[in-house]
Amino acid sequence: MKPKSSQTPDPSMAETFLKYAAAPESTRQIRLRDQYGLFIDGTFRKPESGQWMDSLNPANESLLAKVAVASEQDVHRAVQAAGKAQKKWQKMPARERGKVLYRLARLIQERSRELSVIESMDGGKPIRESRDVDIPLVAAWFFYYAGWADKLQYAFPGRETTPVGVCGQIIPWNFPLLMLAWKIAPALAAGNTVVLKPAETTSLTALVFADICRDADVPPGVINIITGAAATGQALVHHPEIKKIAFTGSTAVGKWIQKAIAGTGKKYSLELGGKGANIIFEDAPLDQAVEGVINAIFFNQGHVCCAGARLLVQESVSESFLRKLKHRMSHLIVGDPLDKNTDIGAINSASQLQRIKEYINIGLAEGAQMYQSHETVPSKGYFCSPTLFTDVSQSNTVVQEEIFGPVLTVQTFRTPSEALEKANNTPYGLSGGVWTDKGSKIFQAGSEIQAGVLWSNTFNKFDPTSPFGGVKESGVGREGGLHGLYPYINLR
Amino acid sequence: MNKRLNVRKTYKNFIGGAFVRSESGHVYGVTGLSIPPDMNTAQEKANPILAQACRSTRKDIREAVVHARKAQNGWASKTAYLRGQIIYRIAEMLEDRKANFTEELTWAGISKRAAAKQVETSIDRLVYYAGWTDKLSQVFGSVNPVATPHFNFSTPEPLGVVAIFCADESPLLSAVTAVAAICTGGNSAVLIPSQAYPLSALSFGEVLHSSDVPPGVVNILSGIHNEIMDPLASHMDVNGICNWTDHPASQALLDEHAARNIKRITHQSWGDGTSDEFESPYLMMQFQEIKTTWHPVGY
Repeated sequence: MKPKSSQTPDPSMAETFLKYAAAPESTRQIRLRDQYGLFIDGTFRKPESGQWMDSLNPANESLLAKVAVASEQDVHRAVQAAGKAQKKWQKMPARERGKVLYRLARLIQERSRELSVIESMDGGKPIRESRDVDIPLVAAWFFYYAGWADKLQYAFPGRETTPVGVCGQIIPWNFPLLMLAWKIAPALAAGNTVVLKPAETTSLTALVFADICRDADVPPGVINIITGAAATGQALVHHPEIKKIAFTGSTAVGKWIQKAIAGTGKKYSLELGGKGANIIFEDAPLDQAVEGVINAIFFNQGHVCCAGARLLVQESVSESFLRKLKHRMSHLIVGDPLDKNTDIGAINSASQLQRIKEYINIGLAEGAQMYQSHETVPSKGYFCSPTLFTDVSQSNTVVQEEIFGPVLTVQTFRTPSEALEKANNTPYGLSGGVWTDKGSKIFQAGSEIQAGVLWSNTFNKFDPTSPFGGVKESGVGREGGLHGLYPYINLR
Repeated sequence: MNKRLNVRKTYKNFIGGAFVRSESGHVYGVTGLSIPPDMNTAQEKANPILAQACRSTRKDIREAVVHARKAQNGWASKTAYLRGQIIYRIAEMLEDRKANFTEELTWAGISKRAAAKQVETSIDRLVYYAGWTDKLSQVFGSVNPVATPHFNFSTPEPLGVVAIFCADESPLLSAVTAVAAICTGGNSAVLIPSQAYPLSALSFGEVLHSSDVPPGVVNILSGIHNEIMDPLASHMDVNGICNWTDHPASQALLDEHAARNIKRITHQSWGDGTSDEFESPYLMMQFQEIKTTWHPVGY
């Protein structure tokens, strides 16, 4: 008789060993105001529109605060403030500008726990991620770009730089404060001022950041934060005094922006959607690769533009790999974002959960085999079980379209060229993953994958020094690193 | 005595390494401001049509994009050293035909001296960019000191297929600069020469043909800009657009088409093409993407 593999433990054992007691992060010290106005010219103002929207906790659907809806007039006022401030900000000695950013970095570090908790309450991401990934990176981003402020002449050999002017920045709900940092830090370092619009479901950390700006003595008007939904964003894009648009979000909206500013000469950088392929070669360290695949697709509930949403696994190891993967998925803890044990928190909003469910139904209708590791998820709040689709073909909707949730598709391949053909058969080109113990294979596959970011034997890593961004329909421009300065300067 | 009749050249498109006529079968007359020496009859003097250029169509554009796509990967995969040598070889071939190109340019109404200068600048520009192939990633790439145990580096990579719209002013230099700055970095191109003065750019195809440039890397199609901007700029397999024409209306049109598939698009005022902007690695970088690679470090 064949001995039972030690790598596939009895599932009941898991029940015995991996039952964690709840370890919720305290919210006692969190003080949110009942309502937040628009942060314009260094002060909070009520919106001209008189309109407010609710910011909900997606894990329990409770109201966290009311947030202003900026009208066209409000947008105009913010742009005016930024325009006025820009002239002074640009003339300020570069080192002093840098020092303002250093201050912001420090204050963010000091208030990092508070920001993490609010981020998890407002967005639904596990506290483990907001505490260990998002907020530390926010501080790091400001710290990194602070240092560039007085060193720009070394970034662009042979050329002088000038700031672009007032930048309109629109960010998504998946990494609220981190995306704010990605946008504001390089813009300010290069001498620009900004009007930033957070996503409508996740404005709170940006508004707490506005408080931090005041504490850091950021000159009024240099950073303006206007909240609202799509109409606010559109008003910002159309405003004639905006010199540059920086947008992170869906490819559809990115295309709309590119078209909306056609012929205006406005600069733009776009970080758009993705459908990243994660390629597992047969000579990969499989256990590490399983962890990598889990991190690639289930990090932040899969609300990651660069998620490794398409698993491509070499046929010879696909069976054992899938077995390991399913086993690992069954051990993920889905639930309260504030619980320190939680791996997968709440889906950001009711509408996003609905969207994910629609995709899951399409996957089933198109004949894919579904595996969900969790039969039940919390009934209050917006939750989704980690989901796997096998028996999919390249043309399946769930393989082609970005789902932006914890849904992974699995395809197999026999040869490297088949893997690359499948990996690149998409209009997207943001991220890619390669798993193999053979260095030469990494470089070959890495050069052939059409993507702006390639993670080899790792996935979903970010750093302020490391340029990030997409090719093809995944976007234009880079954020992070020296290359992340380009969108915010004009060369002379 | 019988005067010998000059044998005139038929100007054709250059697609996939071959000289072909437009599938439309149509041409448009290219008029010159001065008169070529063999145009002596009264009729010719009154209406100096220098040549008939192909009036390219949507189908020609599609054909060219297919060839450009097919050629791009192989071209980008060649070593930087080899690409540098090939670009340098174009310079050699152009130098060899200097007199020929100078004369052709004078037909467009350019003084002999200015024409010679334009050809020389074109040659030197090729030499300039040839030297960048194996330096671009050293100057514009980076090793990034990330705060986790990873080795992390970023390198420029070619954008893919680029559509180029050349200026009327100094038409040869415009075409040569575009090829040198854009294709040197591993891109393939569909190049639309000046509508009014396309001849020197079309002849440049012959130089490319004899310079070891793989077929399809550069495709040159003449035509009426209003007719071909649309299909080329909206083509879903084109990754970038380089626009050096100075029509504000076409700028908005190109931008809108670019938005269909997030094409990279740059508009630059060409002037006479002698400004530093056109002899610069930053021009090359407009048609490069930065790829970042991560790998863990550890035993």
